Amino acid sequence: MAYIVYDGSFEGFLSVVFHCYQYKITPSDICKDANFQDILFADKETVATDEQRAARVWKAVQKKLHKRNKQLLFKAFLSEETDIELMLYRFIRRLLDSNFSIETDYGDTNVLQLKKLERKVMQEAARMLQFVRFQETKDGIFFAPIEPAYDVLPFVIRHFKNRFADQQWLIYDLKRDYGFFYDLKKAEEVVLSEKSFSTTDGKVDSNFLEEDEVAYQTLWKDYFNSINIKARKNLKLQRQHMPRRYWKFLPEKQ
Amino acid sequence: MQEKVQQKLKILADAAKFDVSCASSGNSRKNKGGIGNAVAAGICHSFTDDGRCISLFKILMTNNCIYDCAYCINRRTNDRPRATFTVQEIVDLTINFYRRNYIEGLFLSSGVIKNPDYTMERMMLVAKKLRLEERYFGYIHMKAIPGANQDLIQQAGKYADRLSVNIEIPTEFQLKKLAPEKNYQSVLQPMNQIKEGIQIYKEERKKYRRIPKFTPAGQSTQLIVGATPESDRQILQLSSSFYNQQQLKRVYYSGYLPVNEYDKRLPAMQSPPLVRENRLYQSDWLMRFYQFSADEILTEEHPFLDLDVDPKLAYALRNLHMFPVDINRADYPLILRVPGIGVQSAKMIVDARRFRRLTSYHLKKIGVVMKRAQYFITCNELAGRVLDWEPSRLKSHIVAESQMKKRKAGDTQLMLFPPQARITGQPKQLYF
Repeated sequence: MAYIVYDGSFEGFLSVVFHCYQYKITPSDICKDANFQDILFADKETVATDEQRAARVWKAVQKKLHKRNKQLLFKAFLSEETDIELMLYRFIRRLLDSNFSIETDYGDTNVLQLKKLERKVMQEAARMLQFVRFQETKDGIFFAPIEPAYDVLPFVIRHFKNRFADQQWLIYDLKRDYGFFYDLKKAEEVVLSEKSFSTTDGKVDSNFLEEDEVAYQTLWKDYFNSINIKARKNLKLQRQHMPRRYWKFLPEKQ
Repeated sequence: MQEKVQQKLKILADAAKFDVSCASSGNSRKNKGGIGNAVAAGICHSFTDDGRCISLFKILMTNNCIYDCAYCINRRTNDRPRATFTVQEIVDLTINFYRRNYIEGLFLSSGVIKNPDYTMERMMLVAKKLRLEERYFGYIHMKAIPGANQDLIQQAGKYADRLSVNIEIPTEFQLKKLAPEKNYQSVLQPMNQIKEGIQIYKEERKKYRRIPKFTPAGQSTQLIVGATPESDRQILQLSSSFYNQQQLKRVYYSGYLPVNEYDKRLPAMQSPPLVRENRLYQSDWLMRFYQFSADEILTEEHPFLDLDVDPKLAYALRNLHMFPVDINRADYPLILRVPGIGVQSAKMIVDARRFRRLTSYHLKKIGVVMKRAQYFITCNELAGRVLDWEPSRLKSHIVAESQMKKRKAGDTQLMLFPPQARITGQPKQLYF
């Protein structure tokens, strides 16, 4: 009965995998530091994050994975599902042991579950592309608050960098309290200590908003209402595509 | 100033809402030092109360029109508020909405003012201004106005990602009746021209690396369903020929909404034929992603789609001799034909069965709808159940099963009192 505790980062998890291989341990649970509850009759082991070891595991795994699944483990890890560590551990064990690729063995519950989790995380990332809404501020920065269910912000930065290359923007994750700022050259991670926007719904203080901002929000709302066909009302379908949790950031839904 | 734009926006968005097309997919364009790019998969940015997506900023340039088509809300003889955007107004709205990530691009359509050429030229100017002056690289979808000069359409194709010409009425005879000022040829002519333009571009592209693209996201069209007496089979055959011969990317179906109730040429209707429209879209998907042909979906004996069951199930019921399909052996196209198995599941099945023999447990986990599929497959342990069934009985059985789901909530709870003794005033429950 080996309970392994790590710091909760992906590198930390990979270090755990290395540790297990090194000492030939089969862990009965791998647990984040924050979630660990002491158990009376178990060996608790704390594994420190070691970037070199993590890199070695990552490299070994990459060799075995198909191009399209290179990020599979990391994406599934982001889902923060309970037991995700054990699932990944089992997957890595099997992957490294077998001579052929096992990524498409969907008959195996473990593989299938990882695939489904990956899909879920990537769907959340796609939703960010859909539902991010910028507000223009006086200093010409376009600001967008988000609150994704998973930590997918890094996945979508490239898209916004390509698309809005000629405007300064800041996308801020209110839940995890960090964001990315693009200054026309590069996008960098930032943590704001002083905020001129609401930390609950991300509305920028009206003193800081560009003059036209409110006008365009109104125009957008008008458009949103006019393009709707009343005879075909279908609110369930609307919620299915655009779940309620995004609504507080959408001007058309205010 | 702003109020004027606001007023126009309301009128012209309202007038554009009956255009169904909203796809922003099919082309990926890089941002070359300006604003915007096009993502191949397309992105939907919002969803209206009717559940339809807003991907593009869909707007009419004007709702003034010289035509008087019976099915159209913007016809000349209707007494409606009319408005016309200037080129600059559309450009400003598009750029500002785009910068806030409200939209994926512009969908520009228009009523015909003065003559087709004049209208087309002004539309083309919007696209030109966006591309050249604003350095905008996002998506543009434009309507080609039937009857417009070929050169104008050619130019529009250089700036737009997608061009479309709406057929609206599937047959020539009915079009004559409902829109006597239009003729079928003038609709087909730009469609052919766009097709040829794309073909020429593809040929040239083989020889030279740098030549301007021509409607890289292809063309689409729209048909109104239910305004005229065409059969579903006729409609599907038409769209099939659009896909195969005209190489269209999409055909949209729009369930007819009685917008001009006074016009006696049109059928009276309580509500739009939403189920029929849905079945047509399902059939369309079968043609585009499931390797079905129009003739397989509807035969001469069955010219209309069954509203109770989806077209794939209807096909399976008509062709029971093809089933059961052995999940562990059958080819991919055959697995794709099983009701309850979609493209994603079918691909996963083909991938997964290389490792082990799949059972119904695995199929369920993969995401196959076993409620339907079970009658049409054999896997490791399931015996083929299809042999025991008469098609019509199987159909009513499956329909009843699927309705079961809705009743279940009431059925699982045992009644304290027998049904007849229940307090009156409560909604009556149906017992089958």
